[in-house]
Amino acid sequence: MQFESFSDFIAMGGYGFFVWLSYGSCAAILAGILISSLNDGKKLKKEVKAQMLREERIKKAKEEAKV
Amino acid sequence: MWKWLHPYAKADRAYQLCNTLLPYFAVITVVCLVVGWVWGLAFAPADYQQKDSYRIIFIHVPSAILSMGAYSSMAIAAIVALVWQLRNAELAVIAIAPVGAAMTAIALITGAAWGKPMWGAWWVWDARLTSELILLFLYLGVLSLYHAFEDKKAAGKAACILAIVGVINLPIIHFSVEWWNTLHQGATITKFDTSAIDPSMLWPLFINIAGFAGFVGVITLIRLKNEILQREKHRPWVRSLVSRG
Repeated sequence: MQFESFSDFIAMGGYGFFVWLSYGSCAAILAGILISSLNDGKKLKKEVKAQMLREERIKKAKEEAKV
Repeated sequence: MWKWLHPYAKADRAYQLCNTLLPYFAVITVVCLVVGWVWGLAFAPADYQQKDSYRIIFIHVPSAILSMGAYSSMAIAAIVALVWQLRNAELAVIAIAPVGAAMTAIALITGAAWGKPMWGAWWVWDARLTSELILLFLYLGVLSLYHAFEDKKAAGKAACILAIVGVINLPIIHFSVEWWNTLHQGATITKFDTSAIDPSMLWPLFINIAGFAGFVGVITLIRLKNEILQREKHRPWVRSLVSRG
């Protein structure tokens, strides 16, 4: 461990603002792209499911109309 | 000899391959990033000149390397897509571009946060910085070109051509610190004779590079899966996949 205390660690020898700014923005960008990519996939699957249900309903309605 | 590769040109096989690879990439990424960040922030010794501000190197250098590495992979995928007309390769181009842009943005932001205390300026129109900024615009250009076309066949072709033309920027970025008199320092670890960095700092740097590379892999796999689903959403295999869970 290079630092004596936790407040020393946060201070980064006076460069705390710049170090934490870069690590913070880096973490935010990494988390952001990961979450949005995962969400895109979930949304797509939901869309396909909705489309399948829709087609089933149309099919059913057509059959009922025939009878 | 290369026949075993052929089935992966099929969308559902490629999708399965992504699923198989994802957990490995995820584990490598999480382990390397946690170890790399803790080591770089708390355990690596302070620099004799830049003190603790140099700790930005552990994310700045990996993201910069990966911004160029991701671009190379994207360009290779673009060549494959254009020459062999493989649609999966085209989808790979579009899957890599966003995470490549993210790497470039991280390199630029962390560079600015490092430049301010060391150079006294957030930004200078230095050859290295400017060419890296152009790389960001190339990524965004590839993406917006793809999304500008309604016809996805034309869109893919246009995006691939731009991706290949943009490769000219890679050697410019790499050699910018030699060709021009830049404020940005020269190569540190890619010098082939002797590395200009001590092992106590080089190891956490390597681990972070592996972690960032893993992250690029994870995002590419997730987005490639999404792109395949998007293109194939009317196909029976996607429907059975969705209804299964």
